[in-house]
Amino acid sequence: MFDWSFVTRYAPFFVNGALITLYISVLGIALSIGVGFVCALAEITRIPVLRQIVRFYIELSRNTPLLIQLYFLYFGFPKLGIVWSSETCAIVGLGFLGGSYMSEAFRGGLQTVPASQYEAAYVLGLSKWQTLRRLVLPQAFGLCVPALVANVIFLIKESSVVSAIALADVMYVTRDLIGMYYSTYESLFLLIVTYLVILLPISLFGLWLERRFDYERR
Amino acid sequence: MSGVELLLQPSVLPRLLSGLWVTVWIAVVSVAGSIPVGLVTGWLMTRRNAFVRFLMRLYLDFIRIMPQLALLFIAFYGLARLWNWNLDATGACVLVFILWGGAELGDLVRAALQSIPASQYDSAYVLGLSTWQTYTRIIIPLALRRMLPASVNLATRIVKTTSLAVLLGVVEVVKVGQQIIDVYRFRCPDGALWIYGAIFLMYFFICWPLSLLARHLERKWSHD
Repeated sequence: MFDWSFVTRYAPFFVNGALITLYISVLGIALSIGVGFVCALAEITRIPVLRQIVRFYIELSRNTPLLIQLYFLYFGFPKLGIVWSSETCAIVGLGFLGGSYMSEAFRGGLQTVPASQYEAAYVLGLSKWQTLRRLVLPQAFGLCVPALVANVIFLIKESSVVSAIALADVMYVTRDLIGMYYSTYESLFLLIVTYLVILLPISLFGLWLERRFDYERR
Repeated sequence: MSGVELLLQPSVLPRLLSGLWVTVWIAVVSVAGSIPVGLVTGWLMTRRNAFVRFLMRLYLDFIRIMPQLALLFIAFYGLARLWNWNLDATGACVLVFILWGGAELGDLVRAALQSIPASQYDSAYVLGLSTWQTYTRIIIPLALRRMLPASVNLATRIVKTTSLAVLLGVVEVVKVGQQIIDVYRFRCPDGALWIYGAIFLMYFFICWPLSLLARHLERKWSHD
């Protein structure tokens, strides 16, 4: 029933698929961390118009599925004269989706720094930038680590839909092999193993980090 | 024909809405099915029996670590092969969303049950309430307040995830949109932008009110 020779023969296909998944995910996550950080700062510092724009973006990004965002970028944007490759669409789409999640994670961390710390920094004569860099960010970082890792896992999982815009990721390979050889068990087995190999270490690393940064319980 | 005109064609918007109905139907059935599964899972997660807890942990962690699309593939292609179970695409979607929603909701139920301090049970006992009264009057109302905001958020996640159904071949709002784009390919070359834009907004206007409701509940109940 279960053909091990198929598994060994086609495992390299899944490695290639995993590399595409990782490539899209890493760049998409980097973009979303950048977007998220800027958005969180804009919300914390309460810059009037920028803050409303950021709020609007976050609501839009959090309340729509990634697949529709990708279709819009991949099929809709060319009508506006913006033609992007599948890779670019996938990375921008992931960044658009992830930016709001990352922003909420950063904001959660930043807001737990109590007001008394800002006041203390003010009394000590630290500038706004110094307060942020020396006082707020180091504390906030530890506080938002669990949420950040959860978002990283979430975004890698979400990247599974990029096969819909013709990227040969893990899902694409699976569907292809099932379609060509009816190798359902073997392909699904390789699919599960591939995602476990990618996601389990990150998940465990997240648990470790959480404990590492848990200053209160340490 | 411009994109706006396309949306105003007599057959376009009603067709899209009929597709949206399929999407909403899948979402509603999945959320409704998740509730009993989640309650049972959550209850089992708080049992003392280590084996039961281990099984539940395995169930939750497997569902959590797999992308939803991978779960859909496993259900759609794997079950048909395994038990010769000819689940259609809609059935596979509903099954996966119920198992996934049930696992996530179960974890919320567990967290809510465990967050209720033992003193609540003790004081109910001292006041002479029966076990039934303790649960219906004290524990369940308290637990519900703690888990409802997150549960509403889970519902929006389920709605968003229904968009994956199109990748298994369910004719829902996205598929109908693609059909419309194809029909008007030459008469309205800009169709893709407007149709996908419309679908984007449809999802937004279903999920956004739910998100607002979740936030409202969270704020309302955060101080008790």
